[in-house]
Amino acid sequence: MSGTDWRNLAISAALLGLAALLPVYGSPYWLTMGTTMAMFVVLATSWALFSGPTHYISLATAAFFGIGTFVTGLGFQSLPFWVLPPLAAIIGAGLAALVGLVTLRLSGVYFVIFTLGLAEMVRQVVTWVQNQTGHRGMYVLTSITEREIYWMLVGLGALVFLAGWLIGRSRLGFALRIIGNDETVAKHAGIDTALAKVALFMVPGAVAAATGAILAPRYIYIEPATAFAPLLSFQVVIMALLGGTGRLWGPIAGVIPFSLLWEAITRQAPNQTLLLLGIAFLVIVYLLPGGFVGLWDRLRRRFGGHS
Amino acid sequence: MYRRTVMQLAAAAVALAAGAGMALAQDTIRLGAAAPQTGPLAGGATVTHWPAVRLWVHQTNEAGGLQVGDRRMTIELVEYDDQTNPQQAIQAAQRLATQDQVDFMVAPYSTGMNLAAAPIFAQLGYPMITGTAVTDQQPALAQQFPNMFFVLGRTSVMAEDTANVLVGMRDRGEIGNRVALVNVADAFGIEMAGISRGVLESNGFEIVYESSYPLGTQDLAPVIDGAKAAHPDAFIAWSYPGDTFALTDQAIVQNFAPQVFFTAVATAFPGYAARFGDQIEGVMGMGGVNADDPAFQAFAQAHMEFAGQAPDYWASAATYATLEILGQAIEATGSIDRATVLAYLQDRSHEYETILGPVNFNENNDNERYWTVGQWQDGVFRGVAARGRDGAVAAELFDGWN
Repeated sequence: MSGTDWRNLAISAALLGLAALLPVYGSPYWLTMGTTMAMFVVLATSWALFSGPTHYISLATAAFFGIGTFVTGLGFQSLPFWVLPPLAAIIGAGLAALVGLVTLRLSGVYFVIFTLGLAEMVRQVVTWVQNQTGHRGMYVLTSITEREIYWMLVGLGALVFLAGWLIGRSRLGFALRIIGNDETVAKHAGIDTALAKVALFMVPGAVAAATGAILAPRYIYIEPATAFAPLLSFQVVIMALLGGTGRLWGPIAGVIPFSLLWEAITRQAPNQTLLLLGIAFLVIVYLLPGGFVGLWDRLRRRFGGHS
Repeated sequence: MYRRTVMQLAAAAVALAAGAGMALAQDTIRLGAAAPQTGPLAGGATVTHWPAVRLWVHQTNEAGGLQVGDRRMTIELVEYDDQTNPQQAIQAAQRLATQDQVDFMVAPYSTGMNLAAAPIFAQLGYPMITGTAVTDQQPALAQQFPNMFFVLGRTSVMAEDTANVLVGMRDRGEIGNRVALVNVADAFGIEMAGISRGVLESNGFEIVYESSYPLGTQDLAPVIDGAKAAHPDAFIAWSYPGDTFALTDQAIVQNFAPQVFFTAVATAFPGYAARFGDQIEGVMGMGGVNADDPAFQAFAQAHMEFAGQAPDYWASAATYATLEILGQAIEATGSIDRATVLAYLQDRSHEYETILGPVNFNENNDNERYWTVGQWQDGVFRGVAARGRDGAVAAELFDGWN
């Protein structure tokens, strides 16, 4: 590893430590905010791992997240809790592989529509199963505190960053960057494009399912309508794009300001939150095409910073 | 652009911090409320939750406030929209408690939002008196959240009572024993249908048609079609507001008129009567009130004058009652210290005078006296079955969509 790598590692470790200690120095209010932000950091970063290099916009986050909450809802009484997030991740990855095999040969817009429909489809299937089995509403009553949920999310976030860093240096990451730039070229260079895309699509699937499993005790009452709420998918996409998907830290740079802004708007003008979502979309498209990451890179170039 | 946004954010943050810092010289009680103003449940909350909460605050302040020890304290209401999103419900409760530093909080609207916010209420020691949480998990919930109280009742009891109303009518020889049972395919509908099926079957009823439909289904013609073809004596639908209206609509269109027509949530809404007029005479639904009780009538009139709309005949009164209970506990203790008020509420020997009648809580923080089934009679939704409440009227046969 080079000197820059060591420096980046040190900075990451320090920031991770700072994040992990939030429950110690932060007020309960900031812990609640931090838990929400940690959730979005994990979801947006894992989303960008796939969608950043390939330019495939996935709206499937809510589908995987919902599956994760149901894994906890169904399993928390019979299994120890620490088994559930990994179990959800395996199920999420399996579903992502299945969906990926079917859809990732499709080009961009068909893929977007399919992933949007996926959450709704999974919700209907879950509801149908509940109806067939006469299953009742699920109450996830545990002794898990918000602080523990936050730490689990921070731990999951660290794993996501580690995975992203490793993928970025691997042959797979290189292959995906080529696919994102020109899929035909990638094919001609001998890359199995379908396999590479499916392999990477499993990462956000697994992470979103694990996140859902971790957050289920926070919601306590699990019902399909809230577990598979499509708004989540859109929020993740907007936060990731606002930050920028060009770098691993990009989505964080989107999640933090967006969450603070969302909170401020919720306080000041509760009915305008959806308007904010729309304006954020426009800002990203017209003013910040590369997100904050792109802005940062442009500023560095203009003011003669070395990169 | 970015910098300007940050500057504005910073300015907003400073302004907020300054606002929160002006710890009000306590002549007011700050009461926080977060419930849906947008999202899927906004429609229900604007009928049931918000007008009842604002009305209580308005009336209490009109009367000069609450008598707390030797002071009179008025109420200041701080409202947030939880967007019908559990994540936001959690954040809003946390924000109210730690940023706005409210003295007390109104419980949110709906079972899901109440349960999501429950850990925050519990951690920070806020009494949580729910008026719209219907569940069967009171014992487990009360153990986990000893600050959580339930006014509206139990789901299983409501499903049982609905079936029992049919059993009573059949035993009096008024109806036969053929039942069509449908439900919205969601935790609520599935659970209620299961319980009522059990009671009906063990009482010798025949389920001649059974069906379910996904939440949000627009076209319910096939459901009514199927039910009508089975020639039932009674039709029971465990439905949510949207499908309650759609099922009624279709039943009128197809002139499906069994001797009992029951739809669940929102049948007690004033909007239901406004939409269908006197056609719904004899329709049964979930909930109910003692419509002849002067206390309820006074509430309904005040609600009409204050909010320009009638209350619903079920949870509006329960929501209002949660605040009456909170107010009485504050006045009785002469304190706005949350721990003191909570201890008072947790003492089971206390009873509260509300528009529902007297309310007290059992060892599971559960109110055992509530309405379970109602029926539209002469333009009023009257309770026909209740647990521990007087004033239930006899259930009448449904005589068609005239």
